[in-house]
Parts: sequence; C-alpha cells; structure tokens
Amino acid sequence: MQKGRPIPTLTPSMIAIWLAFATVPLWIEKVGLYQYLGVEILIFATYAMAYNLVLGHSGLPSFGHGAFFGLGAYAFGLAQQNIAPDLWLCLGVAVGAAAIGGALVAAFISHRRGIYYSLLTIAFGQVFWFIAIKSHAITGGEDGLLKIERLPVRLGFATLELRDNIALFYFVLAVFVVVTLLLWRLIHSPFGRILKAIKQNETRARFVGYDVWRYKAAVLVLSAGLSGLAGGLFAMAQSSAFPDVMSLHYSGYVVMMALIGGGLVTFWGPVLGAIVFLLARDVIGAFTTGWMLWFGLLFVILVMYKPEGLGGLFLRPLSARAR
Amino acid sequence: MALFEAHKLHLRFGDRVVLEEVSLSFETGKLSGIMGPNGAGKTTCFNVLTGHYKPDRGHVLFDGADITGRSPQAIARLGIARSFQLMNLFDEFTVFENVAIALPQTRKRGRDLLGQAYAEPALVAEAHEILDTVGLGARADDNAKALPYGERRALEIAVALASKPKLLFLDEPTAGLGSDGRDRLAELVRRLKGQVTIVVIEHDMEFLFGLADDISVIHWGQVIAHGSPAELRANPWVKNSNLGKLA
Repeated sequence: MQKGRPIPTLTPSMIAIWLAFATVPLWIEKVGLYQYLGVEILIFATYAMAYNLVLGHSGLPSFGHGAFFGLGAYAFGLAQQNIAPDLWLCLGVAVGAAAIGGALVAAFISHRRGIYYSLLTIAFGQVFWFIAIKSHAITGGEDGLLKIERLPVRLGFATLELRDNIALFYFVLAVFVVVTLLLWRLIHSPFGRILKAIKQNETRARFVGYDVWRYKAAVLVLSAGLSGLAGGLFAMAQSSAFPDVMSLHYSGYVVMMALIGGGLVTFWGPVLGAIVFLLARDVIGAFTTGWMLWFGLLFVILVMYKPEGLGGLFLRPLSARAR
Repeated sequence: MALFEAHKLHLRFGDRVVLEEVSLSFETGKLSGIMGPNGAGKTTCFNVLTGHYKPDRGHVLFDGADITGRSPQAIARLGIARSFQLMNLFDEFTVFENVAIALPQTRKRGRDLLGQAYAEPALVAEAHEILDTVGLGARADDNAKALPYGERRALEIAVALASKPKLLFLDEPTAGLGSDGRDRLAELVRRLKGQVTIVVIEHDMEFLFGLADDISVIHWGQVIAHGSPAELRANPWVKNSNLGKLA
C-alpha cells in the first residue's frame, strides 16, 4: 500500500465479477451444467474467501476449517428446527455458533505458529467432526440432520421464496456481494494491514507493540464466523447437514481452492479456486470417478511450477489495475 | 538520572550460563555502547532487556518501573524500540508502510475493521518526516525488499523510530555495511543522539568509540568493564584484547 492513497470501496473488477455471476442462471444450463452448481460455486466461493482471510491474508495455515463450516450448517438447521424458522435468525445463529467455535479454538492455538498451529487446527477439526458424528441425538450422527428447509427471505415489505435454485442463487449472490465488500474493506483497514504485517514478520510486529496473538485470535473468529455463514447457506441449499463437511478431507478442499486459485497473491483467487474445483468435480467427474486424482495432479503441478496459483496467472493484473 | 537499569540479570540456556550478574544503566539523552567479542552475550542481553527472553533472576527497570518479564509488545508500548542484527523488516510492504504500521496512531486504530488504513494526513506526514530523518524520503513508495542493504539498515532504524521511543536499542547497526554506508549511519545516529536515549551493540569500534558517551564491555555473559571511551582505551583488558587494538 502506498502513502495515503485511498483504496476505493468499489472497484471495476469487483463489479465485473458480481455482474458475471449475475448472468450465470441465464446460460449455465445451455452449456450442459445445472442451476444448483451455480449455488454451490457461490457458497464455496464465500467459504474460500472467508478461509483465505486466515491463510492468504494472515499467513495462518489452518487445516481444520471444515469444523466451522460444519458448525454453521448444523447451527442453521438446529436453530430452524428448535428456535424459529426465520432465515435471518438462523443465519445469525450459524455465524454465531461458528464464531464461538473459532474463539474456542483460537484461545488454544493463537500463541502457536507454523507447523504447531497447523497441527492444532487439524486436531481441533477432528474433535468437532468426532463430536458431530457421536452426538446422534442432536446432529443425527452419520445420517446427518435432515429436513432443513429453504426459508423465505422476509424483508418486511416483501417475502421472497428460495425453494427454486435460481432464487436461492440470487440470494446467495447477495450474501457473496456483502461478504466480498466487507472482506475488501477489512484487508485495507488498519486491522487488515496489521494482519498482513504479522503474516510477514510476527517478531517485528511484536516489537513495534502489537499483541500478535490477539490479532491472530480475532481473525480466526472472523473467518470462522463467515465460514459458518457459508455453512448455513450450504445446509439450506442441501436441505440437510452432514458431518462429512467437517472431516479432514473436506477441510483440505478449501485449502486447495484457496491455493489453486491464488489466494496467497490475489483477493479473488479463492473464488477462481472454488470455480475450478467444482467444475473439475463435475466435468472431469463425468468421465472418471477418480477426478480427484487429476485434480490432485493439477495441484501438484501448480505448487511446483506456479505456487502463486491460477490467480497469479490471470487475476494479478486485474487486482493490480483495481488498485 | 538513569532512564533504564538492569540489576544482576542472570540467564541460562540448559546448563550454559549466558548472562551472569549483568548490571547496566543507561542515562537519559546519552548514547551508551555495549561491546564484546562474538558470542559474548550482547544480543542475548538485548533480548532480555527488550522482553524477548525472561531472565532467570534479576530486574529490569524503565523510568523507575519494574518491567522484568513483560512481553516485547508491552515493553514497546512503554517507549522502548529496537533494531535487529539480522534484518527484520516487513518485506512485502513499501518503505512508507513499514514506518506507518509502526506508528502509535496505526496501533490505536487496530480495532478498526472497515476504515481506511493510513488515511490521516498527520500520520502520512509523520511517516514521511521519519523517512526524511533517515534519508529515505525519496524511497517511500519503493518495496522494502528492493532497497539496497545500507538503506534497509536505515529503514530498520526508521521502523524503530516510528514507535516514538524514549529509548532506542540498536543491535549492530553497521553489520554488513561498507565504509560509505557506515559513515552515513554514523551521521544518522549522531543526529538522533540527544533526541532519544540510544544503546548500541557494535563490533565496529571506530564507530562506537566515536559516538558513545559510555561503553560497557561484555564477555562470557558478564560485564567486565564500564566507562567512557577514554577510560576504556586505558583499560588493561580492553588494551590486551583484539577489541582494544581495533579501538
């Protein structure tokens, strides 16, 4: 960031990406895909952006983020079935539950860094996953929490039904727009720049007076809360919540999305990563059940030859122009 | 009056004693030096004084308050800054942002999640003033890692100055510099002297003896001599050591 140059809240690339997404329902079926895939892509793009706040912007290698996504999914369903079937309330509970989970984990791991931080995130992720499987009476165990409804959006003056995938897509797009705007502001705020400083040099950040562990804890809570929001949307989209999303391999998916897309170097990298990941699942998956083998190879090649990810190839010039 | 005092500091790593009964005192407004051979415990001493290591015994007093065992960030907020022997910058930041992130105004806005960073004109002006002080005003928009070595050393000092310290610890600021770079740095430290209390660890005896008001010699983790540069030149141990020959 250069001296005192203000960062615009809206950038041309931001508006272009939102508009491009807004056209998806118009052509996605014409290219042989399906409307629900668009919903999934947006949910996972939101999740990957939330995750990248920790990995890409703060340099904290969390490998247990599935726990927060899953907490959000379960919290959304449980709130709907036990408190009130109100969309805003249920999404709020999803965010709150995941943020509390994040705070709990952060309290134990924020004094750690590097490999110790990573291992502890895996361990906590496994603890949440195990609890989800074993708490059959609450979560439905391996059978999952079923009969989660797609609740209508009550705006006071109007009510919008989300049963249709296209309607749900535009609701999720609205959430995605808000989340990307907030994250854009956040990474350019004093808080965001301090995180970036901590990512580069934790020791120096401490010696200029920053309580590093508080910032590391705060960003994990924020990221967990937004991951929980994505999890809540996913539960609504799937009409169910399963422990699978909390497993280690699901946590690995979001890491791959962030890295393949170029989350380490570009703001939009995780979105690109989510698109590539889910398209690979469906397109390569149409030819072979071993799609992950080919996707894994792509991951290996990228890490070896282009560690900044696809974003380094395609999105970096866009990000540079946006600034 | 002493701004900073260390009383009988003792530290061991495993079975190796690295600091033994180290007592130091730094007067307000003066430039104090610490010298000693490689491995003598000078940087370890700095690390204890600035909170990186907690001493096993002894006390550290700053402005009359006991700060022993406090964290580096708590000590930094009291007004003690340091530079590092090995370069310790925010390499992905511009030169400007390296300084701006260390300003107390940025620290105070650390909970601002949505506002614009470095938006205040006063903050920008202050960062530029510090960069001008160390001779980096024209490099403000350059990336920190693109700077030549000597200018990175100057930026190290600028980052430390940004926190508006009452006491500045400089750990081997001339390390790796050629004679030109060393002369520029000596000029910078000379200008800072009087504005802020400075403590310098230095191997370059010409640099240290030319600037310091008083010097402590550390060897084997102990303070073996203390005095003005003239007194130390006459000290038998210093005279017989390689350090004395260099001075």
